[in-house]
Amino acid sequence: MSALSLKNLDVSYGETKVVHGVNLEVAEGESFALVGESGSGKSTILRAIAGLAPEWTGEISVLGKPRSHGVDRSVSRTVQMVFQDPYGSLHPRKTIDAALSEPLAIHGIGNRGERVEAVLAQVGLDQRFRFRFPHQLSGGQRQRVAIARALMLEPKVLLLDEPTSALDVSVQAEILNLLKRLRREQNLTFLMVTHNLPVVSFLCERLAVMRHGRIVEIADVAQLKQGELNEPYSRELLAATAGA
Amino acid sequence: MTTRDWLLADSPTSRLQANVGRAYRVFTALLRNPLSVLGGIIILVLLLTALFAPLIAPFSPTGQNLSQRLLPPSGVNWMGTDELGRDIFSRVVWGSQITLTIVALVALISAPLGLLIGAIAGYFGGWIDKILMGFTDIFLSLPKLILALAFVAALGPGINNAIIAIAITSWPAYARIARAETLTIRNAEYISAVQLAGAGPIRVIVQHILPLCTSSMIVRVTLDMAGVILTAAGLGFIGLGAQPPLPEWGAMISRGRTFILDQWWVATMPGFAIIIVSLGFCFLGDGLRDVLDPKSEGKS
Amino acid sequence: MSPLLEVENLRVSFPTHSGRVEVVKGLSFTLGRERLGIVGESGSGKSMTGRSILKLIRKPGEVTADKLRFDGIDILDQSEKQMRAIRGARISMVMQDPKFSLNPVMSVGEQIAEALMTHQKLGRREVQQRILDMLTAVRINDPERVAKLYPHEVSGGMGQRIMIAMMLIPEPELLIADEPTSALDVSVQAQVLDIIDDLVTRKGMGLILISHDLALVSRYCDRILVMNAGRVVEECAAGQLAEAQHPYTRGLLAAMPVIDETRDELPVLDRTQWAGT
Repeated sequence: MSALSLKNLDVSYGETKVVHGVNLEVAEGESFALVGESGSGKSTILRAIAGLAPEWTGEISVLGKPRSHGVDRSVSRTVQMVFQDPYGSLHPRKTIDAALSEPLAIHGIGNRGERVEAVLAQVGLDQRFRFRFPHQLSGGQRQRVAIARALMLEPKVLLLDEPTSALDVSVQAEILNLLKRLRREQNLTFLMVTHNLPVVSFLCERLAVMRHGRIVEIADVAQLKQGELNEPYSRELLAATAGA
Repeated sequence: MTTRDWLLADSPTSRLQANVGRAYRVFTALLRNPLSVLGGIIILVLLLTALFAPLIAPFSPTGQNLSQRLLPPSGVNWMGTDELGRDIFSRVVWGSQITLTIVALVALISAPLGLLIGAIAGYFGGWIDKILMGFTDIFLSLPKLILALAFVAALGPGINNAIIAIAITSWPAYARIARAETLTIRNAEYISAVQLAGAGPIRVIVQHILPLCTSSMIVRVTLDMAGVILTAAGLGFIGLGAQPPLPEWGAMISRGRTFILDQWWVATMPGFAIIIVSLGFCFLGDGLRDVLDPKSEGKS
Repeated sequence: MSPLLEVENLRVSFPTHSGRVEVVKGLSFTLGRERLGIVGESGSGKSMTGRSILKLIRKPGEVTADKLRFDGIDILDQSEKQMRAIRGARISMVMQDPKFSLNPVMSVGEQIAEALMTHQKLGRREVQQRILDMLTAVRINDPERVAKLYPHEVSGGMGQRIMIAMMLIPEPELLIADEPTSALDVSVQAQVLDIIDDLVTRKGMGLILISHDLALVSRYCDRILVMNAGRVVEECAAGQLAEAQHPYTRGLLAAMPVIDETRDELPVLDRTQWAGT
């Protein structure tokens, strides 16, 4: 059974259609990347799956079950999202503890204190961070908190929207290692949006190259590593990265 | 470990400590601004005066003594006496209770009301927003005092009706602010994150959006308090607010008007009280704005 | 030939609750008509270095240096008025995000004209010609049309090229580019940097390229300074980056994933070793 299945997905923001007829299957436990430049619609697909971009037609299934438009309580326990900007994704007036307890409180799950401690340990944050406010944390630490928050409901699928592009290289390495380890430990499925091909090469197994709201090519990471992408646009992207 | 260390700890050990610590930081920041300290002291004096009015006032605020009419300020009657021989100082002291009641009730009624309406309009958008904000705009387009006048005229004169009327006329400004803030907050990623966790709109608004609007609301309410006091005094002055013999400051000025040329103190003394208390709220509000501004957050 | 820019023991500090904190701690380098890259992570002081050369550090920040000379002029001695004559005309700076650097209510052509006219007196026709030439030089295809556009009508990459045109039209001797491409897509990044590179080499200008991206800097510069916590930890020729000695530089290089990644885990910097920020 595939973890995520998109059939003929069109997504619009008001009058403008930004994603056109996307078909995609992501297997359970797979790590899949959506690659493209800004405006290619890759983040929009993520938001549609999460329920944050409700104006779509076609079909989105999560673990075999078609999902509704909009945010949905049952989906929230299977799919969670990590955002790009670690400075904008944490509530400025809530402690880390409050941010991590919130999903548990919403779903009426008990034992919150212990669960928060456990998840902090999982993402490699010391317990002394627990009652700090976001402004007392560095970018990398905030991103760890954001990942921890996404893990609170023990989802099967994580949607990652450029999770490391706002971070320094050395911090990026830490977060990438963390994501890789979490995926192995919890058998998570990743759907990651990024413009950074080396990150794809490190973390993913397959990738889809997007342009102007359409998927241009779906390829294996092995193809990426050997520089054997088929479409001219994919090669262009690869050349721009490899040239550096 | 001293209390101060506990309050300023970098790694608090409980949610309570974290929140108290934050409040303490705001408080110390406030103390660094001399004007806001002055404002705070004025408000504190007002509070204490209202609380201990029976102990402070040397005479009864309503007891008449026609042989003592219109005496100038002296060692016995610090602010002189009025046309019925009542001690003006005692009346001003007792009047602080009325002023404080008006201020507190107006704040308690209008701020939460405006906050909620604004946040709902901003969060849902669409036709809900259009209806709520259309309603708000109708109130905003009428002059406050005139509108309050109309309400009091309809409800009947009296201090309670004056409070209701002022509260009804002052929430729209708060609704506007709350809506503007909500519009910028609602698309933030931390709001998306709680929505993704399955939180319903009520939870998102009450627990996540409102806490971010409150600081600017506190600032705005504090600054508006001066206006509220003046409106209340204005209503009292016209005779539609507090009714005699209640020692309401505006009503006192109104009656002193008749003697303003010969017995200046009758109108001037309650006037001073109004000015000082209004200034106190303004100073405190300015200071609060500087320390509560979310933009200065994180630069600690 | 005397160097274009001499910096000796540059220090930048800001006050905090716990006393003044130095963000640049004694930086020294000289620059000829060459391309120098300054690389570092956030908080390394690289941007502050660029700003202090243009005297753009605002109070309560404080800049001191034993020597900060541009073409023989002591920058620290210059008044604000004298600095205005240097900024733009002799030293230019390209910032990270064109969206915040362009005036939204002036057309692109007007802004470039203004950049030129503040420093030189020229006839109208000549100004127009220079603008069109400059836009062509930054590889904008139909300069006449673009000159009439407003900033919100152009894409990010185009905006950054317009910024570069604005900065280079007074023909400065030194260009400071602070993360000029990090807000742009990868394919556009290369274009923009190629343009900068081309113009700098052709006009014989000095270039300071400030970036967090080691690979990018090594490709477009002759010499590289690696900064960490306000200090230069490594100075080397761009070609020899792979043989870098300092553990911090080596750590940074290793932490970057590569396109044909085979490592299961990326090596992580041990921060305690250079505990800075």
